[in-house]
Amino acid sequence: MILTNSLATFGRYCMFMGRVFSAPDKWKVFGRRTINEISALGIGSIPLVLVISIFIGAVITIQMQLNVTSPLIPAYSVGLATRDIVLLEFSNSILCLILAGKVGSNIASEIGTMRVTEQIDALEIMGVNSANYLVLPKIVGFVLFMPVLVILCIGVAMVGGYLVAMFTDLISVSRYEYGLQAMFQEWYVWYGLIKSLVFGFIIASVASFYGYYVKGGALEVGKASTNGVVASSILILLFDVILTKLLLQ
Amino acid sequence: MIEVKNITKSFDGRTVLHDVSATFETGKTNLIIGQSGSGKTVLMKSLVGLLTPDSGSILFDGRDMVTMNNSERKELRQEIGMLFQGSALFDSETVLGNVMFPLIMFTKQSQPEMRDRAMFCLERVNLKGAENKYPSEISGGMQKRVAIARAIALNPKYLFCDEPNSGLDPRTSILIDELLSDITHEYKMTTVINTHDMNSVLGIGENIIFINKGCREWVGNKDQIFATTNEALNDFVFATDLFQEVKEYVLKNGRSEHPGAARREFKK
Repeated sequence: MILTNSLATFGRYCMFMGRVFSAPDKWKVFGRRTINEISALGIGSIPLVLVISIFIGAVITIQMQLNVTSPLIPAYSVGLATRDIVLLEFSNSILCLILAGKVGSNIASEIGTMRVTEQIDALEIMGVNSANYLVLPKIVGFVLFMPVLVILCIGVAMVGGYLVAMFTDLISVSRYEYGLQAMFQEWYVWYGLIKSLVFGFIIASVASFYGYYVKGGALEVGKASTNGVVASSILILLFDVILTKLLLQ
Repeated sequence: MIEVKNITKSFDGRTVLHDVSATFETGKTNLIIGQSGSGKTVLMKSLVGLLTPDSGSILFDGRDMVTMNNSERKELRQEIGMLFQGSALFDSETVLGNVMFPLIMFTKQSQPEMRDRAMFCLERVNLKGAENKYPSEISGGMQKRVAIARAIALNPKYLFCDEPNSGLDPRTSILIDELLSDITHEYKMTTVINTHDMNSVLGIGENIIFINKGCREWVGNKDQIFATTNEALNDFVFATDLFQEVKEYVLKNGRSEHPGAARREFKK
């Protein structure tokens, strides 16, 4: 039963994506809406990304310093480990799990409210492909802006660790800086960026799907928003495993 | 003219519309009336293409909406304006933005031309001066009028209204009815109104279709309805003592003698 329902939902999602990824009725309108979505979903997420990144960067540095006490491990490994944790997991997977909550619920509730207040029906009756008009700019805008959020997250998290080195006596600034630069692998940055693009797509498309097919009223919009966040979080974790296996092995 | 021929629609084995046929005439206000759950909303949704009937045809001046392909349907939809029960205005757009929306999507007019057309439509519904407000900043009656302005922006041949008076006070309801009636006659549109409001039925019902338990039971106009022998229709329209008294008065003295008729003439 669960398998049948999951397959049916996946089928509906694929058909929905088929409607979303069709040529826009007016490219000019699509461009304007995409810029609006970049502003609302992407730029609007910057404050959250900044706050989370600086604190998590600081916490990772403190945790590494407190837990890596063996004299066999060089002191600069604190900076190195902070950098690699941020590059490999935090700046993409963890950040996207957090953004699934903020951006995903925003998208699902916005589209869900449009559904229950008949705004989507109004678009359809006018002859507008509502799925394409409403959802494609959100997906394109958010996916395009994801690399900016990831790079910002990486930079700010490292600044968080740097502040720990500067204002506490846990680790010296020079060792932390040395660790950040030691054994750097450029591919880790690309790996994080590729993952973030996939996760950005999952967040925007899954949340839109749940919002678009809401039936009922305000209660159902809330449920759809929660379901959208849960489903996209699970998919992010699943694709994290798949992409890590594919890209790092 | 819209002709509905023998349409049937079922949901999960439950038949909601049984072989319904009706004609909605051009230049008239056509009303669909019936109790809650009678199938009139399903009929309306089938007419605008939100639902596809299981059988039968819906002809828009000879073009069958049921069998036409997507591009033909898209073309037809640009000839349709719709007023929703809850207005369905786009929250993120101003009043002007809402009215300009169909023009932006479906015309190649310049920005000033679209603005002029939108302003003309807003003036037509007496909303000049509200163009920069957002839907949340205006009253329910004003929202309905904005929705009418948006519906007529593309100069549609067919106008559909789903319970246009729901949630409005009686005075505003009459204004909306009069506006819909005037627009219908002015632009020679085929207007289809789904309503529960007996004031609308007796006020602007030029062609009334009564749906009961999924079947079309009666067709007539606002004058003929007083003399109906259909029990279900009689119970539905003249359910209150007041309307029963009005009916008895009209049957006895004629509609033109009723004080309400004099008041309507005075207003005109």
